[in-house]
Amino acid sequence: MTPAPDRTAEELLKGIWRENPIFVQVLGMCPSLAVTNSAVNAVVMGLATLAVLVASSTLVSLLRRFIPAQVRLSTYIVIIATFVTVADMTLQATLPTVHKQLGAFIALIVVNCLILGRQEAFASKHGVKLAIADAIGMGTGFTLALTILGSLREVLGNGSLFGFPLFGDHYEPWVVMILPPGGFIMLGLILMTFNWWKERKQAATAGGAA
Amino acid sequence: MIRDLGGILIGSLLVNNFVLSYFLGLCPFFGVSGKLQTAFRLGMATTFVMVITALCTWALNTFVLVHAPYLRLISFILVIASTVQFVEMVIKKLSPALFRALGIFLPLITTNCAVLGLALFQTSREYGFLEGITFAIGGGGGFTLALVLMAGLREEHELATPPSVMKGTAMTLIAAGLLSLAFMGFAGLFGSAA
Repeated sequence: MTPAPDRTAEELLKGIWRENPIFVQVLGMCPSLAVTNSAVNAVVMGLATLAVLVASSTLVSLLRRFIPAQVRLSTYIVIIATFVTVADMTLQATLPTVHKQLGAFIALIVVNCLILGRQEAFASKHGVKLAIADAIGMGTGFTLALTILGSLREVLGNGSLFGFPLFGDHYEPWVVMILPPGGFIMLGLILMTFNWWKERKQAATAGGAA
Repeated sequence: MIRDLGGILIGSLLVNNFVLSYFLGLCPFFGVSGKLQTAFRLGMATTFVMVITALCTWALNTFVLVHAPYLRLISFILVIASTVQFVEMVIKKLSPALFRALGIFLPLITTNCAVLGLALFQTSREYGFLEGITFAIGGGGGFTLALVLMAGLREEHELATPPSVMKGTAMTLIAAGLLSLAFMGFAGLFGSAA
């Protein structure tokens, strides 16, 4: 049997754009809305999730032949919880201010549907190399989406980006954008833009084929 | 004491609503809020799990985790998972119809961040026994309230004809945003105690 063509690159890239966890699959919404009131928080949260996702995917993929099917979900949860504890303590030690702002949300990575979803749908069925590629792709896609959301909200709601003021003193911040309602509305608008973009592309291909 | 408990209850029910201002439990919030009846029942089941979780969290915090704080997350999630399993069995026995209606979202209460969030907030705010239970009832009630309100809104705009780019999640999100804006009107009630 000839080995299948190397799918590593494909698995890596699909999470970043085509199957982006937030904009396309709409998974892992709770952290994505709760922590994106500033770009810094968004990036740190994204990276923490990425680290946990890669570590748990690797371990689940390694252990996939040993985990009995009946208790697989609980096993995944315990594995994820372990890595989240590690991430939580690492952040607390290295970036105490950001850790304080993120509060309970770092611990809540445990129940991020994205991570459990990838274990169940991908890591438990594929080899280590593909599982890592998939985890890195999905994690990066998640981080990117979070960063976009966080930057937009911070620019509109606070007139700054990564803490640096952008517009000078005359800018009246659109405060609602960094408050909870702004999160919902901003993500709604982004999804709307995505739909619009997808529809236009479909119309273009349909028109081209005809 | 009573006033404190009242503050916690109103705080978690309205002012800092779990769904609309902490963004906890969004998956069922968007997934199950299609029908009023199902939304209400899922809310009730979640509230029940939350109360049991609050009890266990208090017990764990008082007796076990003092000695091993690094086991916090793992022990919380195990407690939640077993409670959900238990609730699942009870509902299956008592009302098979409800069991079918809730479907996948029943086991998913385990990964409902509102439940784990409750346990974590309870720990970080150092709530005692009664405060913990009150917080759970308020939080669960707030979750149910948000779910039911959203279901009502969505039943209405099933009939509307929005532009095609707005269909589905985008419109639901913006509706949730407006609902959350309305809930901000409660800020300041009880001096935003919670």
